[in-house]
Amino acid sequence: MSRVSIAAQPVDTNTLRRELQRPGCGGFCVFEGWVRETNEGREVSGLDYEAYNELAISEGERIIDEAVQRFGIADARCVHRVGSLAVGDTAVWIGVVSPHRDEAFRACRYIIDQVKMRLPIWKKEHYLVGESSWVACSHGPADDHDHAHHG
Amino acid sequence: MTSVTVEYFAQLREQAGQGRETISSAAESLAALYAELRERHGFRLDTAQLKVAVNAQFRDWQQPLAEGDVIVFIPPVAGG
Repeated sequence: MSRVSIAAQPVDTNTLRRELQRPGCGGFCVFEGWVRETNEGREVSGLDYEAYNELAISEGERIIDEAVQRFGIADARCVHRVGSLAVGDTAVWIGVVSPHRDEAFRACRYIIDQVKMRLPIWKKEHYLVGESSWVACSHGPADDHDHAHHG
Repeated sequence: MTSVTVEYFAQLREQAGQGRETISSAAESLAALYAELRERHGFRLDTAQLKVAVNAQFRDWQQPLAEGDVIVFIPPVAGG
């Protein structure tokens, strides 16, 4: 089955967790990314995520392959939400299992960092005051002039 | 002329006013195609700020167009 998915609805993380459980693994590490109420000093009311699904999934699978090779983890899952999210909603869920904790922690960190840099997913933030804007996290030396630059 | 489909996401989708279009182009590379579409739609991003994918694989800007390609210009990403 696919280890990466793009979900239009909230995800049942208990099911994901259960799918990763196996007798040979004593370490399970999970990272959840939540929608925060502020970004770069502005109050956020909510946001919309959109993804280029096909490429996001294939690139995410590549990232997990890399994590398996680098850290020797047993398995991992990544789910990223799309659609309209409110403050406090889970935007991304990453779970990693391995025989021991150290590689689970390191692989989990690797996967979230690479996901943020590489997956073709975009975020439009809505603010309590002012116009909505597309947020640019990475890739390209230059920034999108449409939104406030990083401080 | 080569017939290709271009899909748009995020700010490019908004600036193009559509999610996809099929066009015939004489552009000799993906970079030249973007320049042509930028002129037409008034895209504000330049190629240094974008990546490009063809048939769901990241590709080099100098790659030529092939009949039936599905091309996506990828604005700066913001997952997580």
